[in-house]
Amino acid sequence: MEIINFTPLSATLGGALIGLSAAFLLLVKGRVAGISGIFGGIVYPEKGDVSWRILFIAGLIIGGFIYQWLGAGAGVDHIEAVVGTPWLIAAGLLVGVGTTIGTGCTSGHGICGLARRSPRSLVATVTFMATAFVTVYIVRHLFTGGA
Amino acid sequence: MSNAKSLSAALFAGILFGFGLSVAQMIDPAKVVNFLDIFGSWDPSLAFVMGGGLLVNAIATPLILKRGRPILAEFFRVPAKSQVDRRIVIGGVLFGAGWGLAGYCPGPMITSLSFVDGSILTIFTAYVVGTLGAKFGLAKYEDYKHQKHQANEACVG
Repeated sequence: MEIINFTPLSATLGGALIGLSAAFLLLVKGRVAGISGIFGGIVYPEKGDVSWRILFIAGLIIGGFIYQWLGAGAGVDHIEAVVGTPWLIAAGLLVGVGTTIGTGCTSGHGICGLARRSPRSLVATVTFMATAFVTVYIVRHLFTGGA
Repeated sequence: MSNAKSLSAALFAGILFGFGLSVAQMIDPAKVVNFLDIFGSWDPSLAFVMGGGLLVNAIATPLILKRGRPILAEFFRVPAKSQVDRRIVIGGVLFGAGWGLAGYCPGPMITSLSFVDGSILTIFTAYVVGTLGAKFGLAKYEDYKHQKHQANEACVG
């Protein structure tokens, strides 16, 4: 194992901002800041419970824009997919189906659920983290001979 | 008007969340996959993102829930269910596989739409289709279980 590109300060600061956002949403609106859950309610809407979701999701994208505008080339100034189109499609489908069946993602289970000490969220988080580790191991070390 | 206030709050929370994800550089899928690659070139940063988020939220959440009600809503809509079931494990395995494959979980994926990049539009479209398909599938499955249950009751009766 070799440690690369480790950015503990920006990671902790960014994480704290995410935690503040989740706390703010709970304090003001009483809702959990689980991205897949908030987004799922737009894709498969429930009457009278959609507009705040659209604004939250629009906010995510605006937050990304503000970062790029302030950053001006520092940090992440572009993105590059790590896999080709067929794998992107497979990954997107798996993330959509998995977070819907499992009722949450990294934010809803990993940050909000664990903060409430929900056993359900703990099992969910351990399961998706473990599977993700195994998936990367298979893709990077078994199929490509350690590339 | 309280509805406008409430919607502004949602927008503000979203901006803060998307900005935080960007500052943490979680919008870079290579960084996420490098975190998941313990046996190769490991980047521990993601653990600090989750640690930072969890620390703030684990302190704030119990204090907020003690209030009895949110500032701009009638009640807290926090999942009541804490019991572990098959769904949580099956969903976790599928989601984890997709996350590991491309390095995108829903938050960074949606935030990265700000880059207006072809690869992001591809995975985002697939994510929408997967979400919609699973929602329809689950609704059908619930109907089926309900009907089976009623049929069983009819036989017993």
